[in-house]
Amino acid sequence: MNPIITTVCKRLALGLATLVVVSAIIFSSISMMPGDFAQAILGQAATEDTVAAFREELGLDRPAIVRYFEWIKGVAQGDFGTSFSGRAASGVDRSREVVDLIAPRLWNTLFLASVAAVVAVPLALFLGLTTALYRNSAYDRSANAATLTTISTPEFFVAYILILCLSSLWPVFPSLANVDASTGFLDRLYKVALPAMTLTLVIVAHMMRMTRAAIINLLASPYIEMARLSGASQREIILKHALPNAWAPIATVVAFNLAYLVVGVVVVEKVFTYPGVGQLMVDAVTTRDMPVVQACALFFAATYILLNLTADIIGIVTNPRLLHPR
Amino acid sequence: MSEENYSATAEIGALRLRRSRWQRLWISLSKAPPTAWFGFIVVAAYIVVAVAAPYIAPHGESEVFAESYALPSSEHLLGTDQIGRDIYSRLIYGARNTIGLALVTTILAFLIGGCLGLVAAISRNWLDQVLSRAVDVLMAIPALIFALMLLSVFGSSAWSLIGILAVLDSTRVFRLTRSVAVNVVVMDYVEAAKLRGEGLGWIMRREILPNIMAPLIAEFGLRFCFVFLSIAALSFLGVGIQPPTADWGSMVRENASLIQFAQYDFKIAMTPMIPAAAIALLTVAVNFIVDWFLHQTSGLRDE
Repeated sequence: MNPIITTVCKRLALGLATLVVVSAIIFSSISMMPGDFAQAILGQAATEDTVAAFREELGLDRPAIVRYFEWIKGVAQGDFGTSFSGRAASGVDRSREVVDLIAPRLWNTLFLASVAAVVAVPLALFLGLTTALYRNSAYDRSANAATLTTISTPEFFVAYILILCLSSLWPVFPSLANVDASTGFLDRLYKVALPAMTLTLVIVAHMMRMTRAAIINLLASPYIEMARLSGASQREIILKHALPNAWAPIATVVAFNLAYLVVGVVVVEKVFTYPGVGQLMVDAVTTRDMPVVQACALFFAATYILLNLTADIIGIVTNPRLLHPR
Repeated sequence: MSEENYSATAEIGALRLRRSRWQRLWISLSKAPPTAWFGFIVVAAYIVVAVAAPYIAPHGESEVFAESYALPSSEHLLGTDQIGRDIYSRLIYGARNTIGLALVTTILAFLIGGCLGLVAAISRNWLDQVLSRAVDVLMAIPALIFALMLLSVFGSSAWSLIGILAVLDSTRVFRLTRSVAVNVVVMDYVEAAKLRGEGLGWIMRREILPNIMAPLIAEFGLRFCFVFLSIAALSFLGVGIQPPTADWGSMVRENASLIQFAQYDFKIAMTPMIPAAAIALLTVAVNFIVDWFLHQTSGLRDE
C-alpha cells in the first residue's frame, strides 16, 4: 500500500483517539467537582425536593460511563445540555440550552480568528523568510528584538496599548467590539479592527520566529550547501531545493500558531467585550456553570487538535521522501 | 613529579584551586552582553521589591482610603483605585504575590515533571509508556483552556491556581527532561553505576541530573515566564488571584476603564498600564538572561 495513505490513516486514527480521550476528560471534570454542587448551584434556600430533582436531571444516580455516551450522543446532535445559570432555589427553571448560548458566538469567534489569520499568516511567513535570508542584518536584528518584546508581553497589554493609541488618543477605531447578528460585514470588520490587530501582533511575532528558525535550520543542511557549491542561484536554491522540504515545518508553524490564536482569543475577547466563545467561557468559569464550560472547552480543544492534525497531514503528504518512495 | 609524592586528590585539588566557582561566574558575567546585564539588573530589582515589600510600600495592600479614584499626590504617589486603595502600594505588594506564586508553581512543576521524566527515561518500561501517553493527551488541550476548566471545577483560590498550573506545566517539563535524559541514560558511566548497584535515586541525582542541568535551567526561566504570564492572564480574566490580594493582572482589569480618559489626563490613563508594563518588563528580562545562558552553555557564538 502507498506509504502516504497508511501514514495518514495512522495519524487520523491517533487524532480521533486523542479527541475521544480529551472529550472523556472534559466530561469527567464535572464529577471532580468537590462537595454537593447541586446544592451549591441552587443555593442554600433550595428544598430537598428541588435538589433531588436537579440531581436526577443531571443523572448523577447513573454510572459515569453511561452518562458519558449519552453526553457524546447529545454533542454529536448539537445538544450540550442546559446551562446551570437561571436555576433558582424555588425550582423555577429559567436556564437556557447551552447550544443556544454558544451558536451565535461561535460565528463571532471564528470571524475574529479568521480576520487575524488572514492578515497574520502571509505577513509572518514573509517576515520569517526574509529575516532568514538576510540573517544578522540590521533588518533581522530589529525584527528579532521587536518580536521578542511582543512575545514577552501579555496579550492584554498589547490590546490596551492599541486602545490607548488608536482609540483613546487618536479615535480611529472603537474600543468596544459590540457586534450582533444584524451587524453588516464592513461594519463588523471595522469593529473587530483592534481585537484582530492585537491577535495579529502576537501571532506574527511567534510565527515569524518559528518560520525563521525552520528556514535557517533547513538552509544549514548539507544538500543546500551542495547546491550552492554547484553554482545554483539563490532563487533556484530556495524554490527548487529548500521549499519542497520546507512545507512540513511551515505547515506546523502555521497550525501551531492558529492553535495559539484559539487560546489568545479568550483574553482578547474579554478586553474588547467581544461576544465570542472565549468571553462566554470566562463568564461561565466565574459562575461555575459547568455545562457551558464543558461545551466551550470541547470547542477549543477540538479546534486545537484538528489544527495540529491538519499540520501533521500536510507535513506527511508534502514529504518528498514519502512522495517518491524508493 | 616523583612517584611517592604523587596523590590524585592533591592534583585535582591543585586544579580546583585555580578558579573558584564564583570567579568563573564573575568572568562569564563580565563578558555578558548588555542585554543580559539589563536582565540581571531588572530581575534583581524585582526580587528586592518583592522581598522588602512591607518596608517599601507606604500603605497596606488592602487598606481602603476615603477617596476612590484620587489623583496622584504626595500621599498617594499613583492615586487610588476604584474602592480607594493606594495603587503604588498595591503595585509593590503585587510584585510579591504574582512573582511568588509564579515561582512556587514553576518549582512545583519542575519537581513533578523533572522526577517523573527522569524515572521514565531510566526505566523505559510500561511506566514510561503510560506517563508519555498521559502527557500527550494532557498537552492536546490548550493550557489556558484546561486551566480555565479546572478552575471552574475547583474554584478560584491561590492553592488551586498553583496546583492546576503546576500539573499542566509539569507535562512540558516531563517532555523535555525525558528527551534530554534518554541520551544520558545510555552512557557507559550510568551503566557502570547501575552495575555498582546504585539505587534509582542515586542515578537520578548524581549521574544524570548534573548532565542535563543546563537545558533544565534554561527551561526553568522560560517556564517561569509562561506561568507568570498565565497567572497574569487568569487574574486579568478575574478567575486567578482573588481580591483583596494585590496582583498585577487583576489591577489591569480593575483600572482598565481609565484608559478612555487618555485625551484629558494622560497620567491617569497610564494607571492600568503600569502593572501591565511591570509584567512585560520582567518577562523580557528573564528572556534576555535565558538567551545569554543558552549561548553560554551550548558553546554557541555569534556565527
